[in-house]
Amino acid sequence: MELFVFVVAAAMSVVGALGVVLRRNPVHAALSLVLTLFGVAVLFVAQHAEFLAAVQVIVYAGAIVVLFLFVIMLLGVDRAENLRTEPLASQRVVAGVTGLGMLVLLTLAALSGDDEVLSRGEGIASAVAESDANVNVRQLATSIFSDHVVAFEATSVLLVVAVVGTVMLARRRKTSSEVAQ
Amino acid sequence: MIDLVPTTSWYLVLAAFLFVVGMVGVMVRRNPLVMFMCIELMLNAVNLSFVAIGKQLGSIDGQSIVFFVMVVAAAEVVVGLGIIVSIMRRRNDVNADDLVGLKG
Repeated sequence: MELFVFVVAAAMSVVGALGVVLRRNPVHAALSLVLTLFGVAVLFVAQHAEFLAAVQVIVYAGAIVVLFLFVIMLLGVDRAENLRTEPLASQRVVAGVTGLGMLVLLTLAALSGDDEVLSRGEGIASAVAESDANVNVRQLATSIFSDHVVAFEATSVLLVVAVVGTVMLARRRKTSSEVAQ
Repeated sequence: MIDLVPTTSWYLVLAAFLFVVGMVGVMVRRNPLVMFMCIELMLNAVNLSFVAIGKQLGSIDGQSIVFFVMVVAAAEVVVGLGIIVSIMRRRNDVNADDLVGLKG
């Protein structure tokens, strides 16, 4: 069962990720991104990170992708992009070689570190087995609001700065004639 | 039937693949919006590996970091899209190569 969930969710993520890169229309790319985000959310649930899965669906799929689609529609760039032409001839080759090399190295690193990592304990999973449905949220809340409370407060400042900055950036400045009126 | 259970390495390999796809996308695509989506893809891959390793090590800290990454990603998208909107208002085509005009 676990294997089935992993395979389906991983296939969703991979297909969506390839769609983001290969789709010519930005709207289709954004919708492929939703597929990937849902796949990753399922994988979060499979690893007993239920709270993060909910946040992933609400914040990423619900807010960020909608923001992307909103900007795409606002700018009117929802026409297909020609992917055949490439101004820098060698860039695709370099990107492909770099990506392939990175993939091989990361895969080897992940597989070679298997034994070391597997020798450690499984504290979260055993905590889940203690028949408390809310244990994930409780553990996460304890961690965030005690160990990482300074970082948490810093993120609130960050969000305020981001909102104010974006309003300043995107605001249409009044021309001098409008000000005179 | 063989009882195969996905181990941490499976998640790490999947995360590596997602990260590489996003990386190649940033390098190949010309539309700044799609490049942003590819950055989100990379952030998600890293989140996935954080959760997998956190579970394996029996520590909740992996999930705490993912929480903060999500907040930073949201702020980053908001600011980035604001910049894109304010630039693209002046020029109608959306192409990363056009931004060479920002050079002094």
